Amino acid sequence: MDLKEKLLSSFLVFENQTEIDSYVSDVRNDAIKAFEEKGFPTKRDEAWKYTSLNKLLKEDYSVFPKQENALEYREVKKYLIHEIDTYKIVFIDGKYSSHLSETTHDGMDVCLMSAALNKPKYRLVIENYFNKAATDDSLTSLNTAFSKEGAYINIPKGKIVEKPIQIIHFSTGNESATMLQPRNLIVVDENSHVQIIERHQSLTSNPVLTNSVTEIFAKKRAIVDYYKIQNDTIDASLIDNTFIKQKQESIVSVHTFSFGGKLTRNNLNFYQEGERIDSTLKGVTIIGNKQHVDHNTLVHHIEPNCESHQDYKGIFNDNATGVFNGKVVVEKEAQKTNAFQANNNILISDKATINTKPQLEIFADDVKCSHGCTIGQLDESALFYMRSRGIPEKEAKALLMYAFSNNVLSSVKIPEIKRRITKIIANQLGVDIGFDL
Amino acid sequence: MSKYTEDDLREELKTKEYEYGFYTDIESETFPNGLNEDIVRAISKKKEEPEWMTEWRLEAFRIWKAMEEPEWANVNYEKPDFQGISYYSAPNSKPKYDSIDEVDPELLATFEKLGISLDEQKKLAGVAMDVVVDSVSVATTFKKTLAEQGIIFMSISEAIKEHPELVKKYIGSVVPQKDNFYAALNSAVFSDGSFCYIPKGVRCPMELSTYFRINQAGTGQFERTLVIADEGSYVSYLEGCTAPSRDENQLHAAVVELIALDDAEIKYSTVQNWFPGNAEGKGGVYNFVTKRGLCETNAKISWTQVETGSAVTWKYPSCILKGNNSVGEFYSIAVTNNYQQADTGTKMIHLGKNTKSTIISKGISAGKSQNSYRGLVQINSRAENARNFSQCDSLLMGNECGAHTFPYIEAKNQTAQIEHEATTSKIGEDQIFYCNQRGIDTEKAIALIVNGFSKEVLNKLPMEFAVEAQKLLEISLEGSVG
Repeated sequence: MDLKEKLLSSFLVFENQTEIDSYVSDVRNDAIKAFEEKGFPTKRDEAWKYTSLNKLLKEDYSVFPKQENALEYREVKKYLIHEIDTYKIVFIDGKYSSHLSETTHDGMDVCLMSAALNKPKYRLVIENYFNKAATDDSLTSLNTAFSKEGAYINIPKGKIVEKPIQIIHFSTGNESATMLQPRNLIVVDENSHVQIIERHQSLTSNPVLTNSVTEIFAKKRAIVDYYKIQNDTIDASLIDNTFIKQKQESIVSVHTFSFGGKLTRNNLNFYQEGERIDSTLKGVTIIGNKQHVDHNTLVHHIEPNCESHQDYKGIFNDNATGVFNGKVVVEKEAQKTNAFQANNNILISDKATINTKPQLEIFADDVKCSHGCTIGQLDESALFYMRSRGIPEKEAKALLMYAFSNNVLSSVKIPEIKRRITKIIANQLGVDIGFDL
Repeated sequence: MSKYTEDDLREELKTKEYEYGFYTDIESETFPNGLNEDIVRAISKKKEEPEWMTEWRLEAFRIWKAMEEPEWANVNYEKPDFQGISYYSAPNSKPKYDSIDEVDPELLATFEKLGISLDEQKKLAGVAMDVVVDSVSVATTFKKTLAEQGIIFMSISEAIKEHPELVKKYIGSVVPQKDNFYAALNSAVFSDGSFCYIPKGVRCPMELSTYFRINQAGTGQFERTLVIADEGSYVSYLEGCTAPSRDENQLHAAVVELIALDDAEIKYSTVQNWFPGNAEGKGGVYNFVTKRGLCETNAKISWTQVETGSAVTWKYPSCILKGNNSVGEFYSIAVTNNYQQADTGTKMIHLGKNTKSTIISKGISAGKSQNSYRGLVQINSRAENARNFSQCDSLLMGNECGAHTFPYIEAKNQTAQIEHEATTSKIGEDQIFYCNQRGIDTEKAIALIVNGFSKEVLNKLPMEFAVEAQKLLEISLEGSVG
C-alpha cells in the first residue's frame, strides 16, 4: 500500500476518533479531498522541479504513534535554548510533553492546538484564523486534514511577550518510521511583540518525515520574530510550510538556519494585506553529505508602500544539493513597493549542486524591485592574506565563510541564538573557533 | 539606413496603426488546409527533395503527432488549430530570374513599401539579401561575390539539392526533431529558409541578411535556417521581419540552427516586427521559435535580438558551449505594448572548460502587455572555471502591464562563477522633468530614456540594424505614456 492510500485510509480512522466540530471537521474533509485529488507533488510540478520526494515516500511510515514515550530533561537539554528563560511547548512523537514544557494562559495563550481545536472558548478564534492563511496545495492540505496537535499562541493587543517561546518537536523512533504533521497557529494582535523559536529534532536513526504547517497572523503594528533552527540527523526530513498574513505597519521576520536533515523543504509564504508592511526572510544553509535543502519563498505585495527583504546564503559541500526558488509578486495596486532579494552561494565540492530560481512577477510600475544571485568561490587573495599572517588554511576558509553568512546572523535579535548558531557553523565547518575575533 | 529621415519618422509617428499592414495580391499556390503524412510528402515532393529528406520530415511528423503543445510559458492565447492551416504557399511567378527587372513588379512594390528595395540594398553597405516571400526564395543577390570566397548562401531547399552532404550532416544536429512541439512541427513541414556555409578560415566580407514575410492569408510560415561556420571562420547574419495586418492569428514556428566549429564566430542579429495585433489585441502573429547554436572549441556565438512585434512571442535563442573556451552571448530588447505577450530569454549550457556566457536582457512593457524573461544557465559538472554574467532589467510604463523574470540557475561545479542581477523600474518623473526643462517634450524624452535603457543591446547590433531598431522602439511605444 503506498503512502497516499495509507494516509487516505488512516484519515477515516482519524476522523472517527476526533470530536465532531462541524467547522474543523468540514475543513479537514475538504482538505483530504484536495489531497486525494492532487496527490504528492512530483518533479513535474514546477515548484518541485529540483526536489524529489520519491525516495522519502517509499518508507512505511506510521501515521499515528502507537505508544507514548517520555524523555528526561537532561537527555534533550542540549537541543533547547536553555541558557535563557523561555516558554516551551515540547512535543514527543507528536504528543504534548507537559513535564518538558512551560506554557501560560496569563494574559495571553501559549498552549496547545488540540486545546484550541476542542475547547468552545477558542471556537471564534479557530473559525476566524484556522486554515485562513494556508493554501490548498497537496502537502498543506494533507497537514490540514490531519491537524490535531501543535502550538497555539495568541497574543492580545499591546502585549510585549517578555521571553521567547520555543516550539520543539522530538521524535524518538519507537516505530520503524514516523510521519509527523504538527500544526501551529499564531495570532499576534495589534501593537504586540513576540519572539518564537522552532526546532524539529530526531533522536533516532529511523526515518522521520515531518510535514509541518504554521499559520501566523500579524495584526496592525505587530512585531513577530521567528527563528527556525534546522539541524537534524541525516535520517530526518522536514517539509515546512509557513504562511504569514500581515496587516498594516506590522513587521515580521523569519530566519531559517538549515544545517542538517536528509531533505529539508521550506515553503515560506508572506501575504501583505495592508500598507507600510515590512517583511524579512533570511536564511543560512550550510550542508554536506547527501543533504538537500530547498527554500521556496513567496512574497505577495498586495498593498502600496510595503517592503520586503530576502537574503539567503548557502554553502554546499560533498554531494549536497541546494535549491532556492524565490518569488516576489507585486500586484497592480502595490505601488511604491520596495522588494529586494539576494541569494548567494558557495560550492566547496565538485559534487555539490545548486539550483536557483529568483523570480519576479511585477504588475505595478512605480516600484523598486531587484534580485541578485551569485554562485562563486572563496576569494583566493583574502585566503592568502590570512595565511600569510599565520592563520591556517582551514580556519581562514571558515572565517571567510562565516563572514559570508554574517549578513543574516547580524539581524538575529536574540544573542543566545546567535551564539548557538555560531557554534553550529563552526562545527559544520570543522573548526574550533568562536568567530568573536 | 538613409531611408529614414526625420520627416519619415514624424510621419510614421502620426500613423499609430501598423503601417506595414497591407496585403499584396500575388497569385499564390496554396495547399489545402490540414496536416497529415500526405501533406508532408506533398511538400517534400513539391520541393523536389531527395528521399532521405522526405523520410526525415515524416519522422518529425510522427514525433510531432505524439507531442502535446507546451503550456508552461507565461502567455495566454487561443491555441492555433493545426488542422486549419495551410502548410505550403509559394508565390506563383516562378521560375527564378536572372535580374531583378524580371521579378513580378507587384512584389517589388511590396519591398518598396517595406523600405527594402533590392536596388537600394545592393548599393547600400554591401548587404546580400536572400528575400523570402511566403517561404520561397525569389531573389538572391551578391551570390557571386560570396561564391568567390567559397561561401554558400542560398535557400535551404536549394541547399538540400546542391549540398546534400552538408545539410544531411548538420540539419537537426542542434535542434533535433523531437526537441519540442514547434521544432517537430517545423521539421515536418518547413517550407524554406536560408542556408549558409562559411569555409575554413574565411571571414565573410558582408553582413548576410534575410527578410521573412508572411504574406498569404492563413498561411503559417515555417522557415528553417542553418548556418555553419567552419573552423576559424566568421559570419554576421541579420534577420528582419515584417508582416501584413491580418485578423486571424497567424502562426510562425521557425527553427534556426547555428554551428560554430573550432575557432569560428557567428553573430546572429534579429529585428522582429511582426504585426502585434491592433490596439484591442485583435489579430497578430504567434511567434514560436526555436533558435540554438552549438559552439565547438574556442568558438563564439552571439545572439542579438530586438523584439517589438508579434501578439505572442515564445523564443529562447540558446548556446550549447560544448568546446573548451567557447563563448556564448545573448543581448535582447523585448518591447511589448497593448495586448502583446512576450516570453523570451535564453539558455546557456556550459559543457566545456573555461566557457563564458553573457546575458543582457532588457524588457520594456507598456499598455496591457506582459513581458517575461525566462532563462537557464546550466554549469555541468565537467565545466571547470565556467563564468556567467546575467542582467535582466525591466522597464514598466503604466500599471496595467506586467514584467516577470524566471531565471533558472543550475550549477554542478565548484569552480563556477555566476552572477545574476535583475531590476525593475519605471521612467522617473525627475528624468522626464529634467528633459522637459531643457526643452525636450515628454514623448521625445521617453524615446531618449528608452534608448538609453536599451543602449547596451543596441550597441551590439550591426549599424544598419541599429538605426532601424531605434526607430522601431519609438514606434512601438508611441502613445503608451500619457
